[in-house]
Amino acid sequence: MKATAQKESPRKEERAPTLDYVAPEVNIYETLEGYVLEAEMPGVNKDGLEITLEGTEITIVGRRGQDPVAGEPLLRERQPADFRRVFELDPAIDTGRISAKMHQGVLTLTLPKSERVKPRKITVSD
Amino acid sequence: MTPWSSFGRLSDLREEIDRLFDAPLNELARTSNLLSGWTPALDVYEQKDNFVIKVELPGMSKEDITVSLHEGSLSISGERKSGTKHTEAEVYRAERFFGRFQRTVTLPAPVAPDKVKAQYKDGILTVTLPKTEEAKPKQIDVSVS
Repeated sequence: MKATAQKESPRKEERAPTLDYVAPEVNIYETLEGYVLEAEMPGVNKDGLEITLEGTEITIVGRRGQDPVAGEPLLRERQPADFRRVFELDPAIDTGRISAKMHQGVLTLTLPKSERVKPRKITVSD
Repeated sequence: MTPWSSFGRLSDLREEIDRLFDAPLNELARTSNLLSGWTPALDVYEQKDNFVIKVELPGMSKEDITVSLHEGSLSISGERKSGTKHTEAEVYRAERFFGRFQRTVTLPAPVAPDKVKAQYKDGILTVTLPKTEEAKPKQIDVSVS
């Protein structure tokens, strides 16, 4: 927990110059094979996506494509900010095999577990 | 240590708090999906000849989106279905909303119903509604003598 608290501060500083990020809403599932993470980033396509892996930390950044609408805004609920969220990874994840897919503003990350930690059925011989 | 927890959650909480402070009231209502269901964020722009509406609908199929116009009101409705089956999975986070939504916008000027166009790209639905000829701003040239 102590190491965790120490990690928090450099990230804050790093965030300082760009405060206009919003955290995407995510679903995370764990299966026997690994993890699946889905993140909602409307307006972001493949080119606007940056996924960085640093140690056991994965950072997802989604930059919205430029879609300025001319004219006078009558109602504005959408946030123009880019998306960013950081996750601490389970050490069991095989970081070399992480794959990402982007479809209609939803990022799906597949994070397989290393073969050695996968549960294995052992047959007992007589 | 449980994965996906500890400081990730802490910073989420911090961001959530930041979000609450920044958010206007309608934003707040939108954040609490549990109470209100899903209210996708929506922008309305007025141009000289059109109204343009943008709605954030990430992760849908375009077949599941219905756009209809009735007496000057535009309705956008649909259902977001959970694409992946995770019946045998353990859920760590479930922030995304699945289910039905509906949003209705009353347009401030008449539009030509047969010329309305909708496009769904990168999880954003864009509806362009051309104004009727009568509703377009007109320029009247006055000769100065």
